[in-house]
Amino acid sequence: MAALIEIERLTKRFAEFTAVDEVSFSVARGEVLGFLGPNGAGKSTTMRMLAGFMPPTSGTARICGADVVAQPVAAKRSLGFLPEGAPTYPEMSVTGFLGFTGRIRGFRGAELDDRVAHAMQLTQLEGVRLQPIETLSKGFKRRVGLAQALLHDPPVLVLDEPTDGLDPNQKHEVRALIRRMAPEKAIVISTHILEEVGAVCTRAIIIARGRVVVDAAPSVLERQGQTLEQVFRSLTLGAPAEAA
Amino acid sequence: MLPALTVARRELSGYFATPVAYVFIVIFLVLAGALTFTLGNFFGRGQADLQPFFSFVPWLFLFLVPALTMRLWAEERRLGTIELLLTLPLPQWQAVVGKFLAAWAFCGIALALTFPLWITVNILGEPDNGVILAGYVGCLMVAGAYLALGAAVSALTKNQVVAFVLAVALCFVFAAAGSPVVTEFLTQRLPVLAEIARALSISDRFTGFTRGVVAARDLVFFASFIGFFLFVNAVVLDHRKAD
Repeated sequence: MAALIEIERLTKRFAEFTAVDEVSFSVARGEVLGFLGPNGAGKSTTMRMLAGFMPPTSGTARICGADVVAQPVAAKRSLGFLPEGAPTYPEMSVTGFLGFTGRIRGFRGAELDDRVAHAMQLTQLEGVRLQPIETLSKGFKRRVGLAQALLHDPPVLVLDEPTDGLDPNQKHEVRALIRRMAPEKAIVISTHILEEVGAVCTRAIIIARGRVVVDAAPSVLERQGQTLEQVFRSLTLGAPAEAA
Repeated sequence: MLPALTVARRELSGYFATPVAYVFIVIFLVLAGALTFTLGNFFGRGQADLQPFFSFVPWLFLFLVPALTMRLWAEERRLGTIELLLTLPLPQWQAVVGKFLAAWAFCGIALALTFPLWITVNILGEPDNGVILAGYVGCLMVAGAYLALGAAVSALTKNQVVAFVLAVALCFVFAAAGSPVVTEFLTQRLPVLAEIARALSISDRFTGFTRGVVAARDLVFFASFIGFFLFVNAVVLDHRKAD
């Protein structure tokens, strides 16, 4: 079966600066890919291109067979995306916001209510359902963004730093949630937290200066007698921290 | 329901969830009322119509509408929600149209709230309500034209002040294009341009409405004007969304 996420020679140049340089990988159902790299390595840029937000300079990205440039709406339908920083509309209530994204995704009436309730249950937001998002703590805001990505139960999840700003208990919950969903989906998560990779990922890609430097299972990386942190440092040190 | 309408609904409730709506409406009503009764000489004219009111509305919109549009895309950029909105499964033009419709409906609400003026003239005399209705339609058309223009400008720049100033300047160009100063100047030098200026003048088109004439070609003009700038907005957004 074809992979749910297929990225081929994806490249993004900003004037002279090449943020992402011929990145290729694919993710099959059941895989959780940890996307690692120092700040400015091109993680978010790659994810933005995969989500169809930023047009690539060259190369292709497909979600469930739909090209993100040629068939953007079809690709986005199969995608749950948590953008960097988990942006939300601050003046909306949690249910209002999730209802909005659900309606855009074509849900109506009782089904919409069920979807919103289920997404809030997965991310433990029921206690704050009617609060304006701007009054919530950082951890709650992040979970609202996550709930939005899970609402339509998409086959592909792309999560940019899903556990950033969460307390240890919430991190644990989100990781457990990702592990529970993993068999049914293709999931990409970017993170700075190396322990997270061992905890939830079946595979890790390390990206530095816009290029993929490692693509292997976390256990394989560690078996060579080094911790993941040592591997990460040796591969990425000296990478310039340009652009985000 | 089209995704555009879902976007419009969210936008419109967003206006009323923040002080934007109340400040805009209050300032618009205060200025419209004050100008109508003082400079417009509403009572002294001895005529039961809304001519003085309609003569000020396009000039109020010239400043107030860009204040509404300057944040249209800049705010989405600042919050990062542009990344969320444009990765939801809706065609990009629907997001553009949705935002425009919300702002237009909002201007419609502001205009509707000037109804006490209409009640006043109907108590004081026997105005031609058809002419008044045409005038309101004209106001809505002018608002739509300025909104579409301002929205396209706001997609162009991240800076809200730049978006505001640029939108006011461009709206002014279309507002002033038909004024005698401009057309006479152009007639003496470049007669062709004078014709074009008159044809593109928003104020000239608007004058027709205030006389009670809702001409098809004026409606077509406003529809094409709005359509053109919404198209520009979509194209600009596509190129600059990720900047």
